[in-house]
Parts: sequence; structure tokens; C-alpha cells
Amino acid sequence: MSANIKDTGLQTAGMQDESDRLIAGDINAYLERHEHKSLLRFITCGSVDDGKSTLIGRLLYESKVLFEDQLETVAAESKKFGTQGSNIDFALLVDGLSAEREQGITIDVAYRFFSTDRRKFIVADTPGHEQYTRNMVTGASSADAAVILCDARAGLLTQTRRHSYLVSLLGIRHVVLAVNKMDLMRWDESVFNAIYEEYSEFAHGLGIESITAIPMSALEGDNVTAPSTNMPWYRGTTLLGLLETLKLDDEAANDSPFRMPVQWVNRPNLDFRGYAGTVSAGIVKPGDDIRVQPSGRTSKIARIVTMDGDKDEARAGDAVTLTLADEIDASRGDVISTSEEPAGSADQFETTIVWMHDDPMLAGRPYLLKLGTQTVTATVTSIKHEVNVNTLEETAARQLELNSIGICNLKTDRVIPFEAYTDNKGLGGFILIDRITNATVGAGMLRFALRRADNIHMQAVDVDKTARATMKGQKPCVVWFTGLSGSGKSTIANIVEKKLAALGHHTYLLDGDNVRHGLNKDLGFTDADRVENIRRIGEVASLMADSGLIVLTAFISPFRSERALARSLVAEGEFIETFVETPLSVAEERDPKGLYKKARRGELKNFTGIDSPYEAPESPEILVDTGALSAEQAAERIVSELRKAGMLEALAASE
Amino acid sequence: MSQSVETLNQLRRQAVELRLAGTTVKETAERTGLSAPTVTAATKAYREGGWEAVPVGPRGRPRSPGSDDAANAGQHQAEAPEIAPAQQQYELPEFTIDPARRTHLERLEAESLHIMREVVAEADKPVMLYSVGKDSAVMLHLARKAFYPAPPPFPLLHVDTTWKFQAMYAFRDSIVDDYGMELIRHVNPEGLRQGVNPFTHGSALHTDIMKTEGLKQALNEHKFDIAFGGARRDEEKSRAKERVFSFRSAEHRWEPKAQRPELWNLYNARKRRDESIRVFPLSNWTELDIWQYIHRENIPIVPLYYAAQRPIVHRDGAMIMVDDDRMPLNPGEVPEMRSVRFRTLGCYPLTGAVDSTATTLPEIIQEMLLARSSERQGRMIDHDAAASMEKKKQEGYF
Ligand SMILES: Nc1nc2c(ncn2[C@@H]2O[C@H](COP(=O)(O)OP(=O)(O)OP(=O)(O)O)[C@@H](O)[C@H]2O)c(=O)[nH]1
Ligand SMILES: [Mg+2]
Repeated sequence: MSANIKDTGLQTAGMQDESDRLIAGDINAYLERHEHKSLLRFITCGSVDDGKSTLIGRLLYESKVLFEDQLETVAAESKKFGTQGSNIDFALLVDGLSAEREQGITIDVAYRFFSTDRRKFIVADTPGHEQYTRNMVTGASSADAAVILCDARAGLLTQTRRHSYLVSLLGIRHVVLAVNKMDLMRWDESVFNAIYEEYSEFAHGLGIESITAIPMSALEGDNVTAPSTNMPWYRGTTLLGLLETLKLDDEAANDSPFRMPVQWVNRPNLDFRGYAGTVSAGIVKPGDDIRVQPSGRTSKIARIVTMDGDKDEARAGDAVTLTLADEIDASRGDVISTSEEPAGSADQFETTIVWMHDDPMLAGRPYLLKLGTQTVTATVTSIKHEVNVNTLEETAARQLELNSIGICNLKTDRVIPFEAYTDNKGLGGFILIDRITNATVGAGMLRFALRRADNIHMQAVDVDKTARATMKGQKPCVVWFTGLSGSGKSTIANIVEKKLAALGHHTYLLDGDNVRHGLNKDLGFTDADRVENIRRIGEVASLMADSGLIVLTAFISPFRSERALARSLVAEGEFIETFVETPLSVAEERDPKGLYKKARRGELKNFTGIDSPYEAPESPEILVDTGALSAEQAAERIVSELRKAGMLEALAASE
Repeated sequence: MSQSVETLNQLRRQAVELRLAGTTVKETAERTGLSAPTVTAATKAYREGGWEAVPVGPRGRPRSPGSDDAANAGQHQAEAPEIAPAQQQYELPEFTIDPARRTHLERLEAESLHIMREVVAEADKPVMLYSVGKDSAVMLHLARKAFYPAPPPFPLLHVDTTWKFQAMYAFRDSIVDDYGMELIRHVNPEGLRQGVNPFTHGSALHTDIMKTEGLKQALNEHKFDIAFGGARRDEEKSRAKERVFSFRSAEHRWEPKAQRPELWNLYNARKRRDESIRVFPLSNWTELDIWQYIHRENIPIVPLYYAAQRPIVHRDGAMIMVDDDRMPLNPGEVPEMRSVRFRTLGCYPLTGAVDSTATTLPEIIQEMLLARSSERQGRMIDHDAAASMEKKKQEGYF
């Protein structure tokens, strides 16, 4: 071997001895045994440079899962990038991206695999750097246990606390506090005790089921797989010994009531309709009474179909296909539950949200929410507070920045079946997706429903939108003008309104003058306020459309996602996005109110086009180019487009 | 305040009795003078291990400064890192098999089925990359399970280089026939015209043109938006970093520093037109899992994985099988017959064989496990490729 791998005596006695004997002697017995080993998924986390990757490298090295060529490669790389002189830098076994090796930090989570005589392990080595918290959360979401490292020299840092808090939020039951780099603190017991005391105090508020502290040197291997001779004062177990014996509760979900989110409806022919999905909790058998949520229809399980033949039961975690005794309708996103004790359904929740994107989370902005197998539109209605990860104190917040954690009320656009995250991760954990970029921007955990949907009954009104619109001989719609300041939205919208009135239509124009001074006078021009401004206008426009009017709105409305929100508030086909296109230079030259000049002088902050972006519509229903058309011509175009779209005729009475 | 261990244990037993009689944790704590967490811990110990598990042992190391009183021992175990010498920790309970408990293979299988169904539910036009190897064999088998009784609702795509082993082509055609799958075979027409081959162009260029470019062409041509691949995280260090749903730009690039967070089993399959996603349902499987599953499920694999007498020449320290007469022999070189098998299958001129007598799956597994501390001979050619796997992936390679 070209580099000097420190000989730790490889006291891995017990780890693989039995296995080695069996592999050589009785391979079938080995395989039988290996197949029945339990599986523990764990993560390493903690602050940057505390030694997480080094620890995993060490574990892999000592559990002999590394091949000689891999060791040789890492030995060569250690000389090039390593932090350990001519010795092996174990972190390089795990930090697999070139950027990570160059910078000596972990950026994204690495999944590695090893096993002992007893157990199989999947370990996720997560990054300590705050910037990459989302990757730590990714690794932690599927873990049974967390090894939280702490540099004995530095003690508890913000990231140690942040990770501990995230670990508890995600419901990880077992925490190991690894007080690492004891070699640099002369293996001093009081250092270990002090850190442990401080941690216990902090962790007390977190509600973690078991916490075990181990003094360690990941680099030298002390208390990793073999007991440390440098710390005779510590008589507890080694890290691996502990991981091998942690009690798993992988069967606990079987004790909960049965739930299965429908993933895919299997209809190979007219005689077969099966609901494919993964059981998220409970046990189900043919003959069991079930309820499909949210529709509430009931039936019985007919068969549990698999390619290996029908089963007489399915348990939490099984991926199966169920058939029902009755021809009832269920589709992707629905949940099949035991009928006595179905899941809850609601459309408003209190949630904990971990924000994972550079653009802050804004209340009022719609996001896609994926929970189980359903994807719906969700809006944060209010941020109750943000959690200070250092002190666990609650602070007020208008928005959630990258890596912040907040308690938020959230509203979905329809009623969804759910459970509290603490009861069922599969029906209580969700992700938030940006509707424009499709990025995963947040993750959350449902705490409870704010209002059970079972209790809401929409007031059924006899005089409905159709009736009202028919009286007016028009189709209600929202003509949503958008464009830069000075593009001519208000001017054109005014002319359009006059023309429509002349044709006998009943309209209403919402613009800055009648909205900013009344309904929205409490709002300023920050991003969060702009979102709220548009949300309110959207809601008002939607009510007016419901009353049968043709509504015109004239606001800059620079963000695509807010226009998408407004669109989602009215019925399909009723939102007519009208883009008044004007190059910035032209609008700035016109500058009817002198605003661009002010903004250029820095007297106006967040001015669209200057220091705040304008996101042009990607496919507006109507586009008018004010470079080519006069305001009068533009208005004429819009009216003729509305006529073409059938808005100026009476609704068919039969509808 | 300090209590004797004896008193403490009496209180713990009393607390469990109270809890069993229906007393709340709060009230139990008040009545016994123990803290609520201790009450919970004692009750939990009882549930898991009966009365014997309730008492705690005496503590073996000096009290830590300012630590809580002994009553709370067993709650934060760290407060009293166990007194037992560490070696005793290895005296584990008897290894038992609980037949109702799902094995790790069953769990892996369920996870893969879930992933595949998510793809089919959310993709516009999915496809499965089929490389004819053992991982593809397992992936196809899982796909048949996921959609049973329907056939897998997507075609297979074989990005062919024309340099695969003859046995692989024969196997591929028979499998496609047996399972009634649609197979799309794509060969980079450009590469074909230029006669790209591993001998004159070298392994890197050959792989780049025939595999990476070929793959991108096929995906673009058929407008596949989600493609299944059989890669595993245990194969290589940059793969260990990759998500199950791995997002690719319109140019098929992987951006390792900006991967989407991926929590629980919630996969974000959304993308814009022209963007695509590679999905790896075998991400969490290891090589051993694959073999063991093939064994358990009786999955057919290409015979080249089993040892047999094969004509071999030595090239750059690797044993290369002379699979057809396109293989240029050096002057005077005569292929030697040798009992060998292959651990991975690719283009025959680039795939090294290993000496072996393993003709059954358990024997293969045995060889694989014992080989762990020796050199992996079959990987010689993979070697330079492995160092640049991250780069190749960024360029659109699987
Ligand atoms: N002396 C000493 N150094 C250690 C020990 N463990 C890790 N180190 C060193 O600490 C540095 C950081 O180690 P890493 O394993 O990369 O730390 P990390 O926690 O994975 O860092 P990030 O993933 O970037 O957050 C390296 O130089 C290691 O060699 C230890 O027990 N003792
Ligand atoms: Mg690291």
C-alpha cells in the first residue's frame, strides 16, 4: 500500500467473524442469515468540519467493505487533497464530488452501505455547512437514527443545534451525540462531560426518545468500532456496538389503522381494476371494510394482488395492488382507509415548514404541495412564527428565508385526506414545489387540521353565477392587464371599459386608484406586500366574476406566480391574461408620473423594471404591442378578442 | 438530592404499576416524585422487556458535574454511559428470525415498486434503459411486479454499441420475446458511419460517442421525459451522491451541486418541456442484494455471469474474451481457453473476465464476498472511467 493507513489494530473482532466463517464454509447458511438481518438507516450530521465524513470513512474502512483498489485510490488522493499529510484522509472515501474534494467539505448527502454479523446499515453522510441544510434534511427524512457530531474543541455550535432540531422535527427517535476529536483535547473526560451537559439541557426541549453520548476520535478510530484505550474513564459502548443494538421500531406502523394512498389505477382490461400503492400504515386483509377518501365511498377489499400470487394480508411498507368488491371510483391521490377509523380530511392546517430555497417563502403565494400521492395547490395563509434554532424561541416573521423553520397556517385548494406527521409520516409529510421553476422549495409536516372539512357545508345558493350572468347577456370573466409601469394598462383598460359599456355590458375596472387607497391601503411595496396585494385583488375579481361581471384589472402584477394564483381563483377559461407589451426603454421614456426618474435616483425602492424584476407572461391569452398600436387600436383588439372568445354572448341557458 | 439505586428502582416499578392502572404520566410523576421522562422511560422499558427491564443498574463512572439526579438515569442514557465494559456490548441476544418481519430484500423491492409507479403516474412518456446486464434484469423483473397484471406500460431502450457480447444479444431477444416487451434499439448512426470502435478509438471516445451521445439521441428522438436506469449508489462515489429522481437540463446535464431536495418517498417529477429526469429504482441496492434477489426470485441472467471455458487473451492486465473475429489479435497470439466469468457486462473488448469455477448463484456470491479484500480483476478497464464518472454523468451519460 502506497500510503500509510494507520494501523488501529483493526480490532473489529466480532463484526464480521461469524460471517467470514460462514461465507467460506456454508454459503447458503450465510445467505439465509444475511437476508434476515435487520436494516438500520442512520445519518451523520452536525456542524461543518466536525468529522462526519471522516467517521463514515472509518466505519467503511473497518467494516471491510472497501476493495483494495478503492483503498489505493483514496491513498493516492489523500496525498493530493487530503488534510492528513501522508496518512489516509478517510473523508475522501465519502466526499465523492470533485467540488467536495477540492474544497474539503461535503456538499451533498452520500449514501453508503455496510453490514455486520447482525445488521445491515444504510448511512447517509450529510453536509454540515449551513448553505446545504436542505441536503441534510434529505438524508435525515428516511433515517431511524442520527449520529450528531460535535468537535470537542468547539462544543455546540448553531449547526449542531439546527441539525438536532431538524432531527427531532423529522421524528428520528434515536440520537447519538458523538463528541469527536477527543485526541485534540488530551482525551479529557471533563471536556466530554461539559459538552454532554450542555447538550442534554438543549435537547431536553426537543423530545427525542433516546440520546447517548460517546467520546470519540473518528480519525484515530477510538470508540468507533473498538473501545478506546486512550479513554479508560469511558466504559460505555462503541458507536458500532450501539448502532448494532439500537431498538428498531420498523414494525410499529403495523399497529396503526390501515391507510394506503392510491398511486396508480391498474386497468389492463375491462375485467380488472386494481389500485396500486404502498401501504403507509396498518395491516389489511381481503374482506376488510374500507373507505375511499376524500369521497367517503365504502367497499370491501376483494383481493391483494401481486405477481407472486394473491396475498392474505399486506402490511405497512408493502407495495401491493388492491381490488375492491364494488365498482367504486378511486383515483391517484385518494387514500384507501379502514372504514371504522378513516384518516382525517381538511383543507386548512397548522404545519411546520422548513424552507429550502434562496427565494424566501411568502405568505399568499401559491405553491404545489405533494403529500402521499396527491399534488394540490397550497397557499400559506399566515406565518405564525419562525423558530430560532439556537434558543428554540419563537419570533415573528413576514417571510421564511432559506433554511428557516416556521410554524405556518396553510390552505389547500381542495380537501385532502391527511394525518398528523407524528402519527403517520406518509400522510403527514409534504414537499412544496415552485409552480414556475418546478424546484422543490420547502418541506413540511402537518401538525393538525385547523378546521375539519367534515363540518363545512358550502351554502348552496339557487341564484348562481350562471343565472346572474345570463341576466346580463355576457359571460363573466377577468381581463387581467399586466405590464410595466407606464406601459398603458390603465389607459387601455379605460377605453376597453367604455367600449364594453357602449355595447351594453356590465363591467368593473379595478386599478390602483380604487384599490390602493381602500382595500389595500395597509400594504407597501415589498415582495411580500406585492404578493398580498395581488392575492386580494384576485379574490375581489373572483367575487365580482361570480356576480356575473366582466372584470378588468390594471396592475403591474410583475410575478408569474401571483398571476397564476389569480388565475387559479376563477373558473377555467375565465381568466384572460392581457399583456401590454412595452420595452422598458419606451416606458421609461414616457414616464408619465416621473416614477422611473425617482427610481433611478434611488428614491423609490423595489420599482419594477429597475430594482425589482418583471416576469413577462409566457403565454398570455391576449398580447398587445403598444409600440405598434395606439391605445385606441389596442383597446379595439382586446374587445374583438373578447368577442371571439365568446365573452360577449349570453351563456347557454342549459348550462 | 441523591437516591439509592434500590429506592430508585422501587419508584420505577411503582410508576409502571400506576401507568398500567391507567394513571396519567403527569400524575404518576407527581405521586412517585420521578420526572415525567423517567416515568415514560420506565414504562417503555417494561413494554419492551417486562419487569426485569424496569430497574436500572448502579452507575459506573463518577457523576458528571452538575448532572441531574439518578432518578432520571435511563432517560438520557448518556448520563451514565453504561458501566459494562464495552466488550460486553457485543454479547448480543440470540440471532432470531421473525418470519412476519419484512426482510431487507422485501423492503428494497417495495421501495423500487413504489418508485416505478410514481414514474408511470407522473411521466408523459417513460422508458426503461435496458443494458442486458444483471441490474437491468432485476429492474425489469421489478417492473413486471409493479404493474402486474398489466405489462409494464413503457418500452425498453437498448443503446447498442454493436460491440456487446453475442450472448447478450441472444439473451436480450429471448427476454423481450418471453415477456412481450417492446424494445427500441438505438445505435448512434453517426458513430456507425465513422466506424467508431473500442480498438482504434479507445474506450473513452467509444463510450462517449456510442453510449452517451447515442443515449441522448434516442431520448430526444422519442421525446422520452423520464428514463429508468439500473445504477446503484454502491457502485461508485459520485453515484452515491445522486438522487433517486435525478433531474436533467434540456441538454441532459446533471448538476451535482444543485440537486433537488428529496424527502421521504415523495419524488418531485415536475419539469418543463425538454427537461428530463433519470430515475434509479435500484439506488439503495448493493451488489450483494442484486445477486441475492436474482437467486431468490430465480431471475434469468446472461450465461456469461457463470463460469465456463472461454477463449481469452491478455490485454493491459485484463482478460479479454475473443467473442468474434473483429477482435484484432497480435502476431502469433492464440486465445487461451480458460474457466472464467464476468462480474459486469459491457462491450466485450472493454470488459475483463475473472478466473472462476462458479457455476451456481451461491458460488458466484461466495466468490464475490471472498473477493472483497483482493483486487477486483474485472474492473481493470472500468478504472479510468470510474475516476471521471461524475464528469461523464454531467455530460449526459447515465
Ligand atoms: N484530530 C482529529 N481530526 C479529525 C477527527 N475527525 C475528523 N478530523 C479532521 O477534521 C477535518 C474535517 O473532517 P470531515 O470529516 O471532512 O468533516 P465533516 O464533518 O464531514 O465536514 P462537512 O461535511 O464539510 O460538514 C478533517 O481534516 C479531518 O481529518 C478526529 O477525531 N481527530
Ligand atoms: Mg463531510
